[in-house]
Amino acid sequence: MGAWRSKALAIAVTAAGLGSLMLATARAEDTIPPRQSWSFSGPFGVYDRGQLQRGFKVYREVCGNCHSLKLVSFRDLGDPTGPGFTPAQVAAIAADYKVTDGPNDQGEMFERPGRPADHFPPRYPNDQAARAALGVAPPDMSVLAKARGYERGFPWFIFDVFTQYQEEGVDYITALLQGYEEAPQGVNLPQGAYYNKYFPGHAIAMPQPLATNGQVEYTDGTPADLQHYSQDVSAFLMWTAEPTLVRRKRLGLQVMIVLIVLAGLLYFTKKQVWSQVGGHA
Amino acid sequence: MNGHSLYQPQSGFMKWLEARLPIWSLVHSSFIAYPTPRNLNYWWTFGGILSVLLVIQIVTGVVLAMHYTPHVDYAFDSVDAIMRDVNFGWLLRYVHAVGASMFFFAAYIHLFRGLYYGSYKAPREVLWILGVIILLLMIATGFMGYVLPWGQMSFWAATVITNLFSAIPVFGQAIVTWLWGGYSVGNPTLNRFYSLHYLLPFVILGVVVLHVWALHVVGQNNPTGVEPKSQQDTVPFTPYATIKDTFLMVCFFILFAWFVFYMPNYLGHPDNYVQANPSVTPTHIVPEWYYLPFYAILRAIPNKLLGVVMLVSAIAILAFVPWLDTSRVRSATYRPLYKQFFWIFVAVCIGLGWLGSKPAEGSYVLWARVLTAWYFFHFLIILPALGLWERPRPLPTSITEAVLGPKGGAPVARGAAAPERRG
Repeated sequence: MGAWRSKALAIAVTAAGLGSLMLATARAEDTIPPRQSWSFSGPFGVYDRGQLQRGFKVYREVCGNCHSLKLVSFRDLGDPTGPGFTPAQVAAIAADYKVTDGPNDQGEMFERPGRPADHFPPRYPNDQAARAALGVAPPDMSVLAKARGYERGFPWFIFDVFTQYQEEGVDYITALLQGYEEAPQGVNLPQGAYYNKYFPGHAIAMPQPLATNGQVEYTDGTPADLQHYSQDVSAFLMWTAEPTLVRRKRLGLQVMIVLIVLAGLLYFTKKQVWSQVGGHA
Repeated sequence: MNGHSLYQPQSGFMKWLEARLPIWSLVHSSFIAYPTPRNLNYWWTFGGILSVLLVIQIVTGVVLAMHYTPHVDYAFDSVDAIMRDVNFGWLLRYVHAVGASMFFFAAYIHLFRGLYYGSYKAPREVLWILGVIILLLMIATGFMGYVLPWGQMSFWAATVITNLFSAIPVFGQAIVTWLWGGYSVGNPTLNRFYSLHYLLPFVILGVVVLHVWALHVVGQNNPTGVEPKSQQDTVPFTPYATIKDTFLMVCFFILFAWFVFYMPNYLGHPDNYVQANPSVTPTHIVPEWYYLPFYAILRAIPNKLLGVVMLVSAIAILAFVPWLDTSRVRSATYRPLYKQFFWIFVAVCIGLGWLGSKPAEGSYVLWARVLTAWYFFHFLIILPALGLWERPRPLPTSITEAVLGPKGGAPVARGAAAPERRG
C-alpha cells in the first residue's frame, strides 16, 4: 500500500532530523544513575520488609536528623505490605518522637510523646528555621522518590512503557548517596557545597550523609556498608512515597486478567455478530 | 438516511410513557436502530471511547473534589492525603490523572481520523466545529486540572500560561492581574481554577451532546467517504456498532489500566511532587505531553505576541479546515497525494511534540520553526492547493460495492439488517 510507504518515508525523514539533534544532546554516560535491582519493580513487585525496616533505621538515625517526613503517619509503619512493624513496635517508635499538641485548657501548646495516629513531626518548625540552622532547607522526604528522577531520553522513554521502568527516582537517590567525590581539577565549588557526580550541576549543599561502614548498625546479617545503606534507605523512601504500590500492582493484575478475558470474549462475539453481514469489518 | 425500524412500544407502561415523554424512542433511534455505515473500521470507535472517558473523568473528579482542599497551603498535602488515607484514593487519583492523558490520546486519534477520512466536509462542518470547540474546552480543563495539585509544575505552568495574556496590547497586564485575582499566581488563582475545573467538564458534556446530535442528523462518515445510498449500505447501531465499540473500548482500557496500575507517574513530571514554591523556578518548565506540540509552536516564535497568536491559530485553524480543503473527495483512501501529506503532517505534529519537551535553545528552535512553518503550510497552502491539483482515484459507487466488490451486492439478510428487537 502506498499509504504505508509514504508514512514510513515521512517518519524516517523526521526521525533522521531529530536523531541528529539527539546525538548532540546525549548525556555523559557516567552521570546516569546505575540501574538497581528492586524487589518492587515490575508487575509483581512487592516491598522487601527487611529492607524497608533497615531503610527506616538509616532514615531515623541519619537522614531524619535534618529531613522531615511530614506526610507519613507512624501507623503507616505497621502496613503489612510495607515495613510491617508490629503494633507494639509502631507505638514504641511513635513514643520516641516528641509531638507538639494543643492548645490545652490553659491555651498553651505542649509537647507529648507521639502516638501511632500522629504524622512524623517536622524536624524544624519552618523552612526559615531549617535554613538558619543548616544554611539550606532540606527537602521533606515523604514523596522524594517520586519527586526526583533523571531524563531518560529517546528512545529509552519509549522502551520504559513496555518494561515498566518506574524507578528513576530511587535509582537516582541510591546513586546520589554514593556519588560523593573529590571535585575534579578546575571545578570551583561555591562556598559550602560538595561535589557529587550524580547531582545536577554537581554542587550539592548536603554533606555526605553516609560514609563509614558500620555507621548504622544492621542486626540481620546484611553488610553494613555504603552500598546497602543507600539501597535500603532508597527503598524505604520509595515506600513512603508510594505506600499503596503493592496493593496497586496486585489489583492491577486482577483488572488485567478480567479485561483480557473480556476482550477475548467480546472479540469472538463481535465476529459472530458480524458474520451475518459479510465483507470486512 | 433511511431508518431501519421505528420504535413501537409494546408494554402498557411504555405506551403510556411514550405518549408523555418519548425518551425511549429517542434512545432507540439513536443507539439501537440508528443506521451506521457497514464499513466503519476501528478508528471509528474512538468517539464512543471518548464519551466513556468523559464520564470516568467526571465521576472520579466529583469524588476527588470531596477530599481536595483548594488552598495554597493545603492543596498539595490534601492530594497526598487522598493517595494515602482515602479508601482507594490512590486509584481515584491515578485514574483521573492518567485518564486525562488517555482522553487527549483518544481525542487526537479521533481528530486525525477525521482529517484522514475528510469527516469535516459538507454536510458535517458544524459537527466538526463542535469537535474543535470540545478540544479547546478540553485544553482549558486539562490545564486547570494540572494546576490543582499545586506542585512546582502546576504553579509554573499556571504562571507561564496566564502570562501569555500579557502579550495582548494595552490591556495585557490588566487582564493578567484580573485572571490571577492579585499580582501573582496565588490563592485566588487556585480557587478560580478549581471552580472552573469543576464547571468546564459539564460544559464539555453539553457540547458533546450537541456533537452527537449533529452526528445523528448528518450520519457518520465512513472509510470510503461515499454517503450510504441504500439500506444495504448500513447496519443498525445495535448490535453491530455496539459490540464492535465495546470490544475496542475494552482493549483501550487494557492500555489505560497498564498506566494506572503499573506506571501511574510515567506521564507526569517528578517536579509536580515538589510543593509549589514561587521563589524556585524549575530548570525546565514543561507542560503535559498533550500540549507539547502547541508549546513548541509558542516557543518557536521569537515575538511573544506573535507566538501567542500562532499558538491560538494552531488550534483555531482546525475550525476552518472544511473550507480550506477544496477537494471534492472526502477519504484519503482515494487521494494519493493527500494521503502522503497527511502522514507527513502526523510526523510533523509528533516532531513538534518532541521539540516541545526540549529546552528552547540552539538547533531545537530552528527545527521548531521549520515544523511550525510546515504545520501552517499544510493547512493554508497544501489543503487548498491539493484539491485543485490532485487527481483522485475513482470512487466506489456505493459502500456495499467497496465492501463486497462490484458484484457482491447480495442483499443482507433482512433479519440481520433490521432485527425487530425491543431494547
